[in-house]
Amino acid sequence: MTQNLFLTYLLLTPIIGSVLVLFFKKEQKQLIRWFGLAVSLVAFVLSLIIYFGFNSADPQFQFVHQVIWIKSLNVSYHVGVDGISLLLVLLTTFLTPLTLLSTWHAIEKNLKLFTFSMLFLEVGMLGVFISLDIFLFYIFWEAMLIPMYFIIGVWGGERRIYAAVKFFIFTMLGSLLMLVAIIWLAVYASNTLGYFTTNLLDLYKVGPTVPHQIQSWMFGAFFLSFAIKVPLFPLHTWLPDAHVEAPTAGSVILAGVLLKMGTYGLVRFCLPLFPQSAVQFAPAISILAVIGIIYGALVSMVQTDMKKLVAYSSVSHLGFVVLGIFAMTVESVQGAVIQMINHGLSTGALFLLVGVLYERTHRRDIAFYGGIAKLVPLYSTVLMIAMLSSIGLPGLNGFVGEFLILIGSFKSSVLNSWTFTIFAASGVIFAAVYMLWMYQRVVFGELKNPALKSELTDMNLREMIVIIPIFVFIVWIGIYPSTFLKLTEASSQAILQQVGMFR
Amino acid sequence: MINLIYLTVLLPLIGFLVNGLFGRKIKNEKVIGIIGSAAVGISFLVVLGAFIQTLGLPAEERSNTVELFTWLRVGGLHIKFAYLVDQLSLTMSLIVTGVGFLIHVYSIGYMHGDKGFWRFFAYLNLFIFAMMNLVLGDNFVVLFLGWEGVGLCSYLLIGFWYDRKFENGTTSQAAKKAFVVNRIGDFGFLLGMFLIYMTFDSLNFNQVFSRAASFPVAESTFGLIALFLFIGATGKSAQIPLFVWLPDAMAGPTPVSALIHAATMVTAGVYMVSRTSILFASAPVIMTLVAVIGLLTALMAATIGLVQNDIKKVLAYSTVSQLGYMFLAAGVGAFSASIFHVMTHAFFKALLFLGAGSVIHGMHHEQNIQKYGGLKKYMPKTYMTFFIATLAITGIPGLSGFFSKDEILWSAYANGGFVFWLIGAITAMLTAFYMFRLVSLTFYGTERFDHHHVHPHESPSLMTVPLMILALLSVVGGYIGIPKVFSGEHGNLFESWLEPIYAPAQAKLATFGSHTHLEEILLMALSVAAALSAIYFALHVYTKKPAIAENVSSRFKGIYNLLLNKYFVDEIYEAGVVQPIQKGSDLFLWKIFDIKIIDGLVNGLAVLVQSGSGIIRKIQNGVTQSYALIMMAGIAVVLLWLILSL
Repeated sequence: MTQNLFLTYLLLTPIIGSVLVLFFKKEQKQLIRWFGLAVSLVAFVLSLIIYFGFNSADPQFQFVHQVIWIKSLNVSYHVGVDGISLLLVLLTTFLTPLTLLSTWHAIEKNLKLFTFSMLFLEVGMLGVFISLDIFLFYIFWEAMLIPMYFIIGVWGGERRIYAAVKFFIFTMLGSLLMLVAIIWLAVYASNTLGYFTTNLLDLYKVGPTVPHQIQSWMFGAFFLSFAIKVPLFPLHTWLPDAHVEAPTAGSVILAGVLLKMGTYGLVRFCLPLFPQSAVQFAPAISILAVIGIIYGALVSMVQTDMKKLVAYSSVSHLGFVVLGIFAMTVESVQGAVIQMINHGLSTGALFLLVGVLYERTHRRDIAFYGGIAKLVPLYSTVLMIAMLSSIGLPGLNGFVGEFLILIGSFKSSVLNSWTFTIFAASGVIFAAVYMLWMYQRVVFGELKNPALKSELTDMNLREMIVIIPIFVFIVWIGIYPSTFLKLTEASSQAILQQVGMFR
Repeated sequence: MINLIYLTVLLPLIGFLVNGLFGRKIKNEKVIGIIGSAAVGISFLVVLGAFIQTLGLPAEERSNTVELFTWLRVGGLHIKFAYLVDQLSLTMSLIVTGVGFLIHVYSIGYMHGDKGFWRFFAYLNLFIFAMMNLVLGDNFVVLFLGWEGVGLCSYLLIGFWYDRKFENGTTSQAAKKAFVVNRIGDFGFLLGMFLIYMTFDSLNFNQVFSRAASFPVAESTFGLIALFLFIGATGKSAQIPLFVWLPDAMAGPTPVSALIHAATMVTAGVYMVSRTSILFASAPVIMTLVAVIGLLTALMAATIGLVQNDIKKVLAYSTVSQLGYMFLAAGVGAFSASIFHVMTHAFFKALLFLGAGSVIHGMHHEQNIQKYGGLKKYMPKTYMTFFIATLAITGIPGLSGFFSKDEILWSAYANGGFVFWLIGAITAMLTAFYMFRLVSLTFYGTERFDHHHVHPHESPSLMTVPLMILALLSVVGGYIGIPKVFSGEHGNLFESWLEPIYAPAQAKLATFGSHTHLEEILLMALSVAAALSAIYFALHVYTKKPAIAENVSSRFKGIYNLLLNKYFVDEIYEAGVVQPIQKGSDLFLWKIFDIKIIDGLVNGLAVLVQSGSGIIRKIQNGVTQSYALIMMAGIAVVLLWLILSL
């Protein structure tokens, strides 16, 4: 088998970068910033090279690199991408430099450690998306918790410790169950295949043969871990706290990429490893997803803190993704994958924009603002576009994902009922309510707080440089999603085939 | 020209981008206005060219598709950005770009001096872009793109003066209300699309419609599809129960009310029903529902219009009422009559709104008709054109409104029955009354405004010329649809032109019962007589004996208040829907369920674990930070070592 080292180079870039950051002097702040940005840009370029070398017609994993790691356990360093993981890799490498650029002035305290954490976080996220060995996957999955814990706990707001611990405990709880399931599965493999293995491609053959009763438990353990990360209702309460306390950069990465690790896990592991259980539990999970869509939107509507509002809207948006995954039609799964990207872009943009206000006034409460349209017209326009993308206006990215998910779940034979779609579709009404209402109270009306006149300045060049690339993709996906749908089509179909084979 | 039809979408988009991105820097109102108007004007010429070219084709070749690129392709779903150029879309396009162009020109005068002049023209162009997608799209999804797009523009333009008050709230509240109520309708539309896709395995118009005619599909499925789509239509076209946003939409600048909230966008629902006529025709129950809702909306809105005092509010309810007529027509199977009324209504209602704008402009932004009076001599051009439009909407024989309204009433009688006709005719009478009340209070009688502060004046010709063109159209626009009773079997040009579009639907519908010409002429005479008597009564009361009006309103105080307060529908919705959802979400879902129950469980668990476990206690002590740092560094080293040693 030919080895392809590109993914390893990609992974190595932020690893080396993060280690090198430690050698800088604390005072060389500007240098550290530029260095971090440069490293993340190199990673982005590398991921683009991979994108252009990727054959989207081939459903197999590509750019595979496999080396035996722990011989006795048959664990290997094994990485590779299919269309779905590649898209998420691109999202990660795309958002990381933008995030670093967005916090150019916001982070002064312990900048060295911050940059280290951000780059390390990128390693963890990339690792999760490219691992083809379940043991390796688990290491990255856990590793990425730590920098996030720091980012919230060190650079966060007033209640940062509470939020960080809550985040840590929630996610850790799920992970431990998953670890048990992983070990059990590997042991089971040694019974059926004759050798102990953590190779995902081997386990794809083993998982579906696990007896029904046990498979349900295994599925449950994996599912719980991912559902917490998504987060799926009712496991979502860590998210608003984490978001509110996290610095802007943390929120952007958290919403943009971290949550996708949960939905990615569902697609990569839950469906193909335990297809029978996935099908069996699909209606129940979809009910939770639909509740999440409506619940998230309703609770979002009554928030007084802008960040919390966006955080709860994430619960709603990710409900769509989970529904799409478990509806298990080509349309819905493709829509779910696109919606993962969409949510990363739209919600990422919204957090960035809340951060823009926060940086200037250190206030996030909606009631503090009002009528800022006159003071910051450019900001108001930009926020409007991000908002429209989030509420799924046709022509922008959000619509494509939601539409595919809804139309796919409507005709889903696994769910076999319109009820899911009908309730889920009502989410488009509530999304308009909470977003427009917030916009109205923050931007429109007469200027409520005259003190803002001196504090509030419009978006500067750096902030525009951060937001414009995101907008390019918001429009691109909205008008010509084929670029992205093509990338994931073969992979989505392969996963559905695996599920269909064992139904 | 048919192949160039995409220009009619592209040019307004370019206009939007140019004015939207650079308008603030351009500053010069003339340049901005010309860019905006030219984008629409040229589009109109392209549509006209395509129209003439299509006219030259034999009837069976008049439906052409112009494909641009693939939008969504997943599994069996294949949605193209493609435009359908046929009799129906050309008719709508001519109205949208034609009336749209006149209103753009008018706006150069009306918006003169406004800080947001560039923004206004950018939004208007964006609206035309979206509206053209709506009427030209060759599939449901492109239609929906336009559908939501016009909703967005409506939102942006209602809240255009975002720092102004409007009634008890702000303009942005009115804008939000419009968007949200529309979204409720869109929810129905979406479900309709899903069911169509599931039933016919396509969302392309031609495919769906041909399959609808041939596939063995249960009537109940057709019924649900039609119901879902109709819910969408009630949102966009302001029908019961979703009409409440349109009166509030008057918070926007008056040209917006004319273009979006009278002539074009609000007729999108009528267009959609008309476009999907085969689906509706296959669901007789829903057809009846459409007719009944249309009829009730027409009647209800007309009664509210009787007592309103804001010039734009009267016109707004009049619009709701006229839209009701259009649905009545569609519901009884007279699809071409409904589109005919869309067209004539676009002429005279745009004219009425623009005339109202001219009055408001000349009266220093006063909108209360009780504070007008005798304006005829101050603004003669506005008066003349407004008067013509009033005659047209009232259905005076010879003007455009007469032809379209008469056709609707006749179809209602022939296909729906006498009661349908009667309610329609009563509504026509009410229409005549409130319109002449409006004209009397505004242009006739005593001058009730403060002469020291208000100096009424005629508007500049940039505004009055579009008025005159529209007035001309309001007069002659009806002659392309002369009723068959006068013009013979093929004399109704408009109907023959659209006939191929509705042929499949008509084939499914029961044919017209046999009625004599005498019946038709008799009913026509009756409704005209009713309208004339209403006109006489209104003129008499509001110019000569205003005491009668006061007398009546005080004697029937209950009914008067009910009408003045619009049947309290807004209040009922607020108390019955909005407040419960908001309070329930706030007080129960968030503050109890999320914080007390779920978080309570988690925190309780954490406390439990904490007291039982030293490791977790260390996390709480903060020791974990160093612990975790070591772990992280360790992992970094291991990974590095691992990869370097490969």
